[in-house]
Amino acid sequence: MRAVDQAKNAEAFLEDNVREERLDKLLWGMRLRRDDAARQVPEWEELRNLASEIKEHTLSNLSHYLIEFEAKATANGVHVHWARDAHEHNQIVHDLLAEQNISALVKAKSMLTEECELRPFLETRNIKVYETDLGERIQQLDDQPPGHIVVPSIHKTQKDVANLFAKNYGSDPNNEDPAYLAGVMRENTRQHILEAHAGMTGGNFLVAETGAVVVATNEGNAELSAHTPQLHIVSVGIEKLVPTTESLAVFVRLLTRSATGEAITQYTSTFRAARKGSVMHIILVDNGRSYRLGLERFWHSLKCIRCSACINTCPVYRRSGGLSYGSTYMGPIGIIMMPTFNVRKFSELPFASTLNGSCTNVCPVKIDIHEQIYGWREVMEEKGQIQVVKKQAMKVADKVLSSPTLYQIATASVSTALDVLPHFAIYNRLNAWGKHRDVPEAASETFHEWYKNHRLKANEVLGL
Amino acid sequence: MEVALMIPCYIDVFYPQVGIATLELLERLGVDVVYPKEQTCCGQPMANSGCYEEARATEEHCARLFGSYEYVVTPSGSCTYHIRNKFTAAADSKEKESLCRNTYDLVEFLHDVLKVREFPWATFEHKLAFHTSCSAIRGLNMASMTERVHDPVFSKPKALLSGVSGVQFVDFERVDECCGFGGTFSVTEEAVAAKMGYDKLAFMQKSSPDCIVSSDMSCLMHLQGCARRQKQNIPFLHIAEILNGVSL
Repeated sequence: MRAVDQAKNAEAFLEDNVREERLDKLLWGMRLRRDDAARQVPEWEELRNLASEIKEHTLSNLSHYLIEFEAKATANGVHVHWARDAHEHNQIVHDLLAEQNISALVKAKSMLTEECELRPFLETRNIKVYETDLGERIQQLDDQPPGHIVVPSIHKTQKDVANLFAKNYGSDPNNEDPAYLAGVMRENTRQHILEAHAGMTGGNFLVAETGAVVVATNEGNAELSAHTPQLHIVSVGIEKLVPTTESLAVFVRLLTRSATGEAITQYTSTFRAARKGSVMHIILVDNGRSYRLGLERFWHSLKCIRCSACINTCPVYRRSGGLSYGSTYMGPIGIIMMPTFNVRKFSELPFASTLNGSCTNVCPVKIDIHEQIYGWREVMEEKGQIQVVKKQAMKVADKVLSSPTLYQIATASVSTALDVLPHFAIYNRLNAWGKHRDVPEAASETFHEWYKNHRLKANEVLGL
Repeated sequence: MEVALMIPCYIDVFYPQVGIATLELLERLGVDVVYPKEQTCCGQPMANSGCYEEARATEEHCARLFGSYEYVVTPSGSCTYHIRNKFTAAADSKEKESLCRNTYDLVEFLHDVLKVREFPWATFEHKLAFHTSCSAIRGLNMASMTERVHDPVFSKPKALLSGVSGVQFVDFERVDECCGFGGTFSVTEEAVAAKMGYDKLAFMQKSSPDCIVSSDMSCLMHLQGCARRQKQNIPFLHIAEILNGVSL
């Protein structure tokens, strides 16, 4: 399997300057709104510490809280299922639908179902899936995965959406008014919701002490998808647990402020039991999470609450676009999660970072994201996933840089900069530096030489 | 006070004037500076690329050479950060432990150890756009970061430059966003790196500075490459040069 070439994909994205600058501005705007929101909460850093500690505690006692959650949910009349991996998850969903001959599912946004590739699984089994989140629906109609975990179609322009809706819904391709476009989507989706016999949501949090599933949305589509049909299926990862309703409050305060800078989402819904005459199922999904929990250097990534603050602040993501990562999760959090799914395929992702550390410092649950990115680079070496040409160049560099004699020969001013650079800077793509930047000129005298000529010789004259 | 001067490989080859300014500045301040002439590199380029096996011999050479000094000073936040926090390829030894504990970025050494605030020999009547590297901000805590909105605002390099008569700082947008250098990132992800560099320059240029200054020459090497490609002749200076009394 070939590794995703994020650098190449990013280069292609950058060719459309207008689109790239638009994405950069929109997401930087989210980062600034996050800063403003945090400024209005004096105990912001205290909340981050608390959130981090609650998550670490919960993950360290995960089996206990999972069992508690299952008992409470079951007592509430909810059916709880356990899925070891994506296939088991998809099969459970399919079986629940097939039992009742249900041929259409309306669903709210869920990154987990993207991770499990639920949609293609159901569609090849003749079950239609309708995304009810606006951004997610746009991506579905365009046959693209989400480009961002919170705002899935942020890389698209209004014109893109107008064209897409015109093609799919017969709307006016020249009307780019967001209210009009949202109206087109609403008209179409409401019908599917009214006709559907099953609805699906994800879950932002699971509360162990009450067995509740908490979902945060802005469009109300999760509520419609959960409440209109008779069957409500919740797909949720086992790391989404919090112990109590009191601890949940910490995360509710952090989540939306970190994401979009709003104090809270339009809807924060708690689903605890099925309403009269309907049925509720919760599928608790592992799909690699317990494996990640066992990784000493990387288990902290499970604290993630999917707010996207790290993505929004990431200068590399903003210039690359989310699709460049070729993965379900993108940006800094994607870089540290994806290799646990497939180390070969995502072996290049840890290099799509300058290690600037902004991600770590906006993270509301204090995941040491940039340290983990650095750590994954080392894992790639351990697992033999560093490109051969790069490794060879680094071997040469080590040889030269560990030997004063070789170093001084290589860097002597009589040698030229371009002879030097390939060895320890421009190892595999000779012209890569110079493609968009001028190459620095080597000085007529290196510092070594200057010191020898001006200080050591002077000292000799002085008899020192 | 005896200090071993560590000159990063890229400064040795491309910016010897920064090494000279650092040496002269420390000497002006009464420091006895030793320059171990067998020095090469701290190993960061390899380690930063994931190749820590390939960083070992270089790191061990560095530890042997610098492992017996009370202070090791280098005009580079990123090399200091590597030595202090990421020096894991070299086998553990007394020398390695000493090097990791005693290495300082020049700004830290001046600000925290020597506690210098005045540079009476220097005058610099110019507007400068100051770029603080990510290693300096989020790695070495040399300046506050915008992500931490409740922290007090401070900057050690700016505090030093304020002791030079005539220095004026210009403000610019996204002041602590990464410039896009990122070590080998600047080559492996050259398109994104260059775009970040061009964006950084554009934000700075809006305030019409006379020059661009940093305590990390590697960021400046990248930004200068972008500027020269755009035929911008604005000067790029290391903080040591200004503190040592350079004139434009």
